[in-house]
Order: sequence, then structure tokens, then C-alpha cells
Amino acid sequence: MELSEHIKTANVEDVTLRRPFHPALRGTLCVTSHHLLFSDRKDEDSWQLLILLRNIDATEKSVENLFGYPRAVGSSGTITIKCKDLLVLQLEIPGMEECLNIASSIEALSALESVTEMYPFFYRPSHLTLHGPWGLSSTEKYYKQTERLWDRWRVSTVNSDYSVCPSYPHAVIVPREVDDEKLVQSARFRQGGRFPVLSYCHHRNGMVIMRSSQPLTGANRKRCKEDELLLQAVIDGSLLGYIIDLRSTQQAQQARMTGGGFESKSCYSHWKRIHRHHERGKVLQESLIKLVEACSDPSHSVDRWLSKLENSKWLSHVHSALSTAGLVVECVERDGHSVLVHGSEGTDSTLLVSSLAQLILDPASRTLTGFLGLLERDWIQAGHPFQQRCAHSAYSHARLKQECPSFLLLLDCVWQVWRQFPLALEFSEALLLRLAQEVYASNYGTFLCNNEQERCAAGVKENTHCLFQSLLSPDIEEQYLNPLYEPTDLAIWPSVHPQSLQLWTGLFLRWTEYAQNMEEAREEVWSIVKEHRERAGPDRTNNTPSTHCDTLTPFENLMDELTIL
Amino acid sequence: MEHIRTPKVENVRMFDKLTPRKCMVGTLYLSSTHTIFVENSEARKETWILHSLMSNVERLPTNPSGSPLIIRCKNFHVYRLLIPQEKDCVDVLASLTRLSHPERYGELFCFSFNPNLDKELREKAWAFIDLKAEFIRMGIPRNLWHATAANHEHRLCDTYPSELYVPKSVSPAVIVGSAKFRSRGRLPVLSYYHRDSSASICRSSQPLSGFSARSSDDEQMLQAIMKSNPVSEFMYVVDTRPKLNAMANRAAGKGYENEDHYTNIKLQFIGIENIHVMRNSQQKLIDVGDLVAPTMSDFLWGLENSGWLKHIKAVLDAGVFIAKAVAEDGVSVLVHCSDGWDRTAQACSVASVLLDSYYRTIKGLMVLIEKDWVSFGHKFSHRYAHLDGDPKEVSPVMDQFLECVWQLMQQFPCAFEFNERFLIQLHTNIYSCQYGNFIGNCQKERRDLKLQERTHSLWPHLWENRAEYTNPLYRNDHSQTQGVLKPLTTAYCFKFWKGMYGRAEKSVTSQSPADCLNAVREESQQLEEELSTHQEVPRETDAGQENCRAEGEDFRGEEEDQEVV
Repeated sequence: MELSEHIKTANVEDVTLRRPFHPALRGTLCVTSHHLLFSDRKDEDSWQLLILLRNIDATEKSVENLFGYPRAVGSSGTITIKCKDLLVLQLEIPGMEECLNIASSIEALSALESVTEMYPFFYRPSHLTLHGPWGLSSTEKYYKQTERLWDRWRVSTVNSDYSVCPSYPHAVIVPREVDDEKLVQSARFRQGGRFPVLSYCHHRNGMVIMRSSQPLTGANRKRCKEDELLLQAVIDGSLLGYIIDLRSTQQAQQARMTGGGFESKSCYSHWKRIHRHHERGKVLQESLIKLVEACSDPSHSVDRWLSKLENSKWLSHVHSALSTAGLVVECVERDGHSVLVHGSEGTDSTLLVSSLAQLILDPASRTLTGFLGLLERDWIQAGHPFQQRCAHSAYSHARLKQECPSFLLLLDCVWQVWRQFPLALEFSEALLLRLAQEVYASNYGTFLCNNEQERCAAGVKENTHCLFQSLLSPDIEEQYLNPLYEPTDLAIWPSVHPQSLQLWTGLFLRWTEYAQNMEEAREEVWSIVKEHRERAGPDRTNNTPSTHCDTLTPFENLMDELTIL
Repeated sequence: MEHIRTPKVENVRMFDKLTPRKCMVGTLYLSSTHTIFVENSEARKETWILHSLMSNVERLPTNPSGSPLIIRCKNFHVYRLLIPQEKDCVDVLASLTRLSHPERYGELFCFSFNPNLDKELREKAWAFIDLKAEFIRMGIPRNLWHATAANHEHRLCDTYPSELYVPKSVSPAVIVGSAKFRSRGRLPVLSYYHRDSSASICRSSQPLSGFSARSSDDEQMLQAIMKSNPVSEFMYVVDTRPKLNAMANRAAGKGYENEDHYTNIKLQFIGIENIHVMRNSQQKLIDVGDLVAPTMSDFLWGLENSGWLKHIKAVLDAGVFIAKAVAEDGVSVLVHCSDGWDRTAQACSVASVLLDSYYRTIKGLMVLIEKDWVSFGHKFSHRYAHLDGDPKEVSPVMDQFLECVWQLMQQFPCAFEFNERFLIQLHTNIYSCQYGNFIGNCQKERRDLKLQERTHSLWPHLWENRAEYTNPLYRNDHSQTQGVLKPLTTAYCFKFWKGMYGRAEKSVTSQSPADCLNAVREESQQLEEELSTHQEVPRETDAGQENCRAEGEDFRGEEEDQEVV
């Protein structure tokens, strides 16, 4: 079926658009295969709103005269459009039939299943060419850059046809002494074939963060010699490594009943297991839904608001993610041990914890390019199933399938880190907000599909543009830079005390008046910094004077002064 | 001195709240005004704790390693000590308990504090804030308002200042009659005049109306206030109490204005709770901050349960209501509660901050506090427990005002000239009794104590150090700075004030964007100056930066000393 067949009414005149905190506008509404276009009718200086249909999470329609006379004069309908980026719009459409037609087109076209029908495959801006470089980082690049790895580690292409692990990329980093045959055996022993691979090598001491899925020990306590050898090879000469299991002890025990399990002390004698419970899947998705619901009702009393905020548990999830990442950092940086992180499938909280730990540990991942590279390696190539997880956001009425805001949780955690260390990250909150939007609905192909294999099959690289490349283009890059950035080589340990964690107002209150003043404040920061740079002249290589390089202010509260910057 | 049983204890350990395993060993000295802890380490770091800032000293049961002593301060700092000998601990406890509860004004620190100012400078310092000039600045029209001498020598109302502003049309007899009909003689007088709308904010205590009493003088007084605003046909009487409380007061011969007796008034209840509710609420909030290793839910639940933010919202709501009436509707407002010195002061001063950008500057906030709190009578010594007295009189009234300002700063980051540090500094000084400004409960009492001759004024001291208290984002021509502030009072806008209540947690490393921006600003100015003096030698700029950096270092050194105030 052609996409256009979903469109019964393409154009409606005299539509009224209502947005939060803006006066209502009248204009023309237009539905295309991928967009909803509203433009007011003024000839000069006309204003347009273009919404990607993919961005629409839910529509609610109310039609007057539904059971009265069809085509009655003055009949009209209202469609409430709830977007995945949390914006809520209302369209008043004259004519009941038109209203119903538009609503059904939106419903059909916003939920396309086939990847190649999605907009990134049609997005062809004149300033971009399809033959440009795609992506920023890869396993091979990371290996090449990281000299510490060359001696004991190698790049294996055992998964080049994705047969060993369908959700892994074609190349992974493993200990040099473990051959591909052993990897195949280990993969058979891990859920979804996600055998332990290297995610990060610490620049200070060469200790590594590995990630995998759970071992399939099952009720009979099966073993896999090759898997044990692989992990032994990871710690090599040293006496101890840590396995951070992102499930409670009880959950890990229970997993054995369904064929999963954990690394027992007797088989992995040099590894010490620590359990940290993390919520996953549906629970996280419901938490997001509750939080957004709490934020969208401004009539709540303070008590009710706090109770709803608590009840959503979102901040508790932020808290546990940052705490566990802190634990990994403690093992690697403070105690000098390597770490293996896994939960069950190894595609959600595992990636969350390992990438957060890198942000805390590694100055290179705090630059704009470095951070995007980290996301590319540790989320996109590592096989986080974006298409499943981000099919719907907080408003959808559809029955939940595989949705889960793991990536949004990561962005929130990164925001918390940035808020506590406002000078340590090269990128700004704007980047996190942009990513939060792009991951749900995008012009670019970056977040399409669930893993590299699917992306190859769909020809994503050949037929779509790369978001990360576009973010780094010189004219766009600046808006995502942190004007106050001052690199520091130290690990940045975020405080995980509950009072140090805050609701990410920039995202969750994005479409309220609250956000406007903050925007002005951000502009003010930029203007001060720019003015300064002009005065300081082009000689300066660094952005800002280093009064704070890696020194620490005596009161933590000083940072709260400008939490919004 | 006679209260000090042990002037010096050696081998005392002081604990860090966050890392209980870490502690410093040193010597504890008791002076008549301070307790000083000197570390045995190379640095000989000193921690000074002012006795008048201690709110509570507690001894825990002796354990094998010694006797623990916990000192809690009114600015929410907590110090945990371990004293080797139980006897010493008992002595220190007894001494501190006495020293931290002075019984007479003469024992207060301000009478012994001597910053080495000569007499002339001291007098000049006391003249730093001139309220006469402030009423002129407001632009009071002389044909409508004037200063009356009715309260000369405080014969009409002993808690009011001797100079009062009233409508020019009222006769001395009406003034006296109105004072007689108001609780403690606190008659309706002008607090703020809004030039743009010619509406005013007046304040008073509750009328002695009981169930049926009336006073034609008081009715004339209100009529005159309303008429002093030529454009409006009615005025608001804002009773900041919950209606139930106001009604209960009628049984005691007090109460609120009967709308039938007064022509053209509209009565509005706001519902700010009384001082006892507020005291308990703040205690609960402090307890939340004291929780050891709380979960996110513990924290949010505790925050909700304390009710603190709900009360802050009530105070801000009162201010918003008044500001809207005055600025948008052009209607004058009379504000009162019971005695007209707690909730009334809060509501008037919050409204003034919203209405007048001057009060959002460093000097302006000082003037506002001097006017609405110090001059109009506020029971500083009772509310902030300067002297040992009835614990039921203690209440965080001023804390709430400062917090309202802080909450506004969160919403309008560019609108305030001062920063969070300024508010915290004010808070500390209101409690610490180091300067004479906040001693006593009213002007008369302060005059009788001869404070201006015997103590020093805080204001010039803060003014000299204003660089430290400046918000880098403030620009007096910024759109946020101009005009009336219209804050959102949606529940989600109210945040836990971590800088104030979360101070126990300070060992976490972090950076301050405010300091960084200030440094940028300073450097820019410096570069500008250098450029103008050394036009031909542009290389000089680099040297300028080095200097700036070094100054930055010194600045932090001073910061640490500040901690011990």
C-alpha cells in the first residue's frame, strides 16, 4: 500500500492551532506522507509548523455532532496531538469528516512499521550528500586510538556475518589470547550470543570495562570452559575482577529457572560478583509515563506534586543508574580492577551503566565528538534495540510491547552529571535535548533499527544521513557547545545523594513558561563568553580563563546558584 | 569567661558527615565567643564556630573511643566531635550550652565584636541605609501622602518607627483613633508606593473588631488610603492568615474587617500558616537533610511530609496576589495578619521584590529588609532565638522570605543582581548577632540599647564585598530585569534549597559556573583596561590573565575562612 493511500484529506483550510503559552493561530493544515504542516495564511512573513508524523505519540479526537446530521453546517472536530518530545498541540478542524480523515491519516502514518518507509529514507536536504562519511567512531577506530590495548587485546571479526551474535557489530575487541573458536563457544553460553567484549580501557591504569549478557547456566549449573577462559584472560595476571550484575541476588537466582543465571564463584574464582538491582522494560516505561503525567498537570498542590514525583520513581531510577556507574568507577579507578557489567539481555541497563562509567572516568568522552562517539559505540553499534524501545513515548495509548526509555534515562543521568560539573562537559544541555528528540523521531538514520545487522540489511548507511555528522558541522556545532567548558583529566564523581539529584526541567518542563527564562539565561552566558572572547582576541586557544581547572570549590552549594545554565 | 569550664581539650576528632571514616585530629579551644578547632596537621586548619550560631549541643553516650558531641548551628551546619575523656565532654557541653544561650542582650557577640573602625566610620556605616531617601525614591506624591509625627517618641505604637507615612487627608485624631482600633496600635501605614500605577501597599495589624465592634476612625483611615489612589474605586484588604484562624481571633476581640462597615474594600484571605506550624515544618525539613543514606523516595517523601515547600508557595502566592493587584489592576492593598510583623512583613516584602527591580539589587534588598523588617518591627530576638527564651516564639519567618527570593532567582536567573551566597550570608547574619542590625525587636528597643553606639552595622561590610555576591548574569537592561516579575507558582517550580539546607554535604567535588562567569567578566574588564593603557603592546594581555588567575586562587582561600563565621 502506498503511503499516500492513507491520506484521504490532504488539505484543510481555517484550522485553528493551539499551543501552550502562545495565542491561537488560524491557518491551513496539510498532511503529507511524513509530515503535518500548518501554516498561517499571511502572505508575508508567514509562520509554519512542521511536525514529523513519526514524532506523534498519540492523537485524541473529539468531534461535535458525531451522531447528529452528517455534514451539518458548523460541525467541527478537535484533534489533540501529543508528541514524543512531550509537546501537546490542539487542532480545531472545521468539518467533521475532514477531522476524522486527518486523525486516521495521522494514526496510520505515525506508526509505520517498515524501516525503509520511514522519513530518513526520503530526507534529502540540498546541503548534505549521501556519499559523505557516516558515523564517527567504530570498534576499529577505538582500537587504533587506544594504544594501551595493542599489546593484550585484538579486534575480532568473528561476528562479521552476524551469525555468532545477531545484535553485536561485525567487529569486537577481545583478549588477544582468546581465539575466535573460543568466542563462538562463549557466545553460545550467553543470552542472545552476547559474549563478554571490551567496552572501555581506562587511560590511567589499563583496567577495562567489559559488557555481556547473562550466562546460560540454567538450573543444572552448566559451565562453559571457553567463557571462563575468556574472563580469565581479561584479568590476565591480576588477581581480581568484579562482575557487576544489574539484578538482585534473588532475581539472578530465579533467572536460572528460565535458562539464565550468573557466574558462580567456583567457576570464576578470580571474579567477585556484586548485585545491584535495576528496573527494566515495562517498569521504566511506566515510570516515564507517570512522570510526564505528573508534569502535565499544573494544578497540583505542592504536596500532590511531590507525591506524584515520588510515585513515578523516575528519580529513583536515575539514582540507581548513577550509583551503579559510580560503583564501576570505584572498582576501576580507585581499586584498580577490571569490571564486567551485565544484567539479563545486556542491551539496556548494561549499556547505561557502562557508558555512564566512561563519562565519569574518561575526559575524552566528555567532548562533543567523544560523547557522540561513545553513544555510537556503546549504544548504536552495541545493539540497543532503538526501534523497539522508542516506538512510543509517554503519551501513547497503545499496549506496551518492548518500549523502554533506557536511552532517555541515560540522557537524564548525563544531565545530572553536567549539572553537578557545569564546566567539565564540552557539550550543552541543548545537545541532550536534541538527542532526546531525535531518538524518537528523526530526519536522520542514526537511530533506526535495532542493531547493525538490521541497519545493513535496510541499507541505512547508503540511503540516509548521519545525525552525528550533521551535529558536528561547523554552523550547527556551536549551539551544542558548553560555553564554560574547561577540560579536566580527573574522574568526575557525581554526588548521588537524593538532594543532589533534580528533575530534568529542561526536558520534562520543556514546553512550559518555565523554560523560557532559562533560555534567556543561557543566551546571557553565551553573550558574556563571546564578548570576552572578542576582547581576548584570536590568540587564545582556550575558551575561558582557567580559574577552576581542576580545583574544587569549598561549598558544593555554589554550583546550585546557576543550575540552569 | 566565667562560663568556660575547660578552655582547651586536646586530641579531639572532628568527623566529616559524608565520609564517617575520615576525621581530623586536633585541639578544641573555647573562647567567650567562639569554639575553635585547630587541626594537628601541617596546615593547622582552623574551624571557628560562633557560639551565638549554635542552636543545639548534644552529647551521645560514651563509647570506647570517647564521648561524641554534636553541635548543630542555626545556619544548618552540623559539627560532629569525639572527645577522648568523658569529663572533658561534659564540661564542654555545659560551657557551650550556657554560652550558646545568652540571657541578656549585653552578652551578645555584637557588643564585643570590634572590627577596628573609628567612631566616625561607625556612624557613617550606620547611615549607609537611609529610609527617608527610600520613600523619596519611591516617588510618593506629596499632595497625597506625607510623613506624620504622630508616633514621635513611639507614643502611639511602640513597635513602629517614629516616622510613619499616611494619607495626607487623614487628621491626627483619625490616626490616633485608628491606632486604638488595631492590635498593639499597629495602624495602617504606607509600606510601598508603586509609581507606575499610583497604587500602594499599606500594612497594619488586625482590627479589634471582635464580632461587632467598629471604629469610624479606622474606617476613615482605609477610605483615605483608597482615595490616595485616584484611579481606583476600591481597595483590597489582604488578610494573610487562613480564614479559620482569622475567625477564631474574633472570639478574642480581634479578627478582620467587616466588609459591610468599610466602604469599597474587598477582603482576601491568603492562608499562610502561623509561626508554630512553620517552626515544626522547618524542623522536619532539617531532619530530611540529616537522614543517613536516604533513598530517593525517603527524601521526596520527607520533603512532602515536611510541608515546607507548600508554605513557601503560600508566602509567594501572597506576594503574587498583592503585586498583581497593585501593578495590573492598579488597586491599593492593605496587608495584615495578627500582629502585622511576621506574615505581613513576608507578604509586603515579597510583593515589593516582584514589583520593583530596585529591590532585586544588592543595595535594594538591604533597603527592603531595613524597611519592611527592621524598621516596621519584627521580633528578631525571639524568632531567631538570640536570647534564651520561650522556644514557642522561635520561627523561621525571615528564612521563608529569603527562600522566596531564592525560588524567584531560580525562575529568573538574570533578574537579580545578587547571588545565592548573598542570601545565605544574610541568613547567617540574622542569626549570628555579630552585627547590631538585627538585635532587638523594634526601633525603640534598639534605640534604648544604644546599638548604633555599641555595635557595628552589617550593610557596609556586605557592600564592600559585593563583588563576591554578584550574579554574573545580571544586567540592568535585561528584559528579565525590567518591570514586574510574574513568576509561575506551579508546584513543580518549587525546589529544595540545597545551598541552604543541604550544606552538610560539601565534600563532593564540583565547579561553580557563577564563579567562572564572574572570572570571565573580570578578566574582560581587565583586558579592556589594559588595552586602553597599552594600546601598542597587545602581548601584555597574557600577563593580565595570569594575575587574574592568581587572584582567583586567593579568593578561594578567603572563601574557606568564611565558612567559620
